[in-house]
Amino acid sequence: MIAIIDYKAGNLTSVERAVRKLGYPCKVTNKAGDIKSAERIIFPGVGAAGQAMADLKALGLDNLIREAFLGGKPILGICLGTQIIFEYSEENDTTCLGLVPGRVRLFPQPLMEGDTRLKIPHMGWNGMKIVRPHPVFSGVEAGSEFYFVHSYYPVPTDDNYIAGLTGYGLEFASAVAYKNLVALQCHPEKSGRGGLKVLDNFCRWDGYAQ
Amino acid sequence: MLSKRIIPCLDVRAGRTTKGIKFKDNIDIGDPVEMARYYYEEGADEIVFYDITASSDKRDIMIDVVRRVAEEIFIPFSVGGGIRTVEDMRAVLLAGAEKVSVNTAAIQNPEIIPEGAKAFGSQCIVLGMDVKKVGESAKIPSGYEMVIHGGRTYMGIDALWWAKEAENLGAGEICLNSIDADGTQEGYELTLTSLISEAVNIPVIASGGAGKPEHLYDVLSAGKADAALIASMVHYGYYHIKDIKSYLSEKGVKVRLNW
Repeated sequence: MIAIIDYKAGNLTSVERAVRKLGYPCKVTNKAGDIKSAERIIFPGVGAAGQAMADLKALGLDNLIREAFLGGKPILGICLGTQIIFEYSEENDTTCLGLVPGRVRLFPQPLMEGDTRLKIPHMGWNGMKIVRPHPVFSGVEAGSEFYFVHSYYPVPTDDNYIAGLTGYGLEFASAVAYKNLVALQCHPEKSGRGGLKVLDNFCRWDGYAQ
Repeated sequence: MLSKRIIPCLDVRAGRTTKGIKFKDNIDIGDPVEMARYYYEEGADEIVFYDITASSDKRDIMIDVVRRVAEEIFIPFSVGGGIRTVEDMRAVLLAGAEKVSVNTAAIQNPEIIPEGAKAFGSQCIVLGMDVKKVGESAKIPSGYEMVIHGGRTYMGIDALWWAKEAENLGAGEICLNSIDADGTQEGYELTLTSLISEAVNIPVIASGGAGKPEHLYDVLSAGKADAALIASMVHYGYYHIKDIKSYLSEKGVKVRLNW
């Protein structure tokens, strides 16, 4: 069973629907028993970092996720879930879970691409250049685009953690792979065939990078 | 680099689309779920459903449509029409929509924007704007006025002011419909679109007037729109989304070509 962590952060039904469509049993849950017995964990989320961390702590989920990570369970972060796994987020000046060394920063303003002022949030479809082969991206067609909605972006301490890069005024780590964890800034559950392929790969991944 | 989005809009009344797709063999598909799946496979970047059901007791039918669509398509879609309260928003979002759009309700009660943004996040809240060109005046300095009831009722609110105000209140996106251009199939209102798009820092979806691919090129380049809404030109089979995207790409507009 795949546990989709429920910590009140946004609409989780779309992740659940996509995983079910792919044929994997899953459960939206915040129960310790479910999370401990799950074979893998999806950590989604929409909203603000400060509130999300407060809710995670109140539900005792911060320690459960940390334990699952240290125990080697495959974990997929999505959007806010991805940002929360780093050490710190500039959003609400939040100390986060610290599973991956690095920080989360606000897009600078004005954000320019040539002469064009870019809007914030970064909302819509954008490419992702895979810079490090990883089982979760196997079979994803070159040129696939993914759906993004965010104003903050991850900055891992070590470039070796970066699996995918996306350009929006600056180049940022849109996919991070670190040990048994993969974290995406985009929404694979809303990214058509390419996104479903990534989810499908994750649902089969054993947690080893190579 | 972000792609410009191509968004088909489906009008739904009591669970059926009012403009079904007419394919070459003249089969008319009026089921919004089937149409959504068709456009998903055709390369739509997002889908907008506009619920024109008059009475609220029919709302459950729309929620069921949303739920069934969410099981079939894995791109964002939004629902507008008749959303008046945060509870209306919640029902649509829980059923699986990515975004909700508010139009008349936001003019009559602007507080619905911050309430919705606080409850679900700004990225969920789309401000729908119906706008008419009226000429510049002391009351309407931009020359564009907000209207409701399909353009029959003038609200005395400047469209440019309202767009900025809605952004400040927490709207995450604007769907900007020109009542003058709507239904003409003669092109989007470019002046209005660039005026609003350059004044706000949230994405603007241009709506009203799309008849051929050149119109989309115009509004996504000169009109400065982030996305273009289309209806009849694809519903009636005159054009296919993939052909529109190929055309835009050849003209140098970044669009999503692999789906």
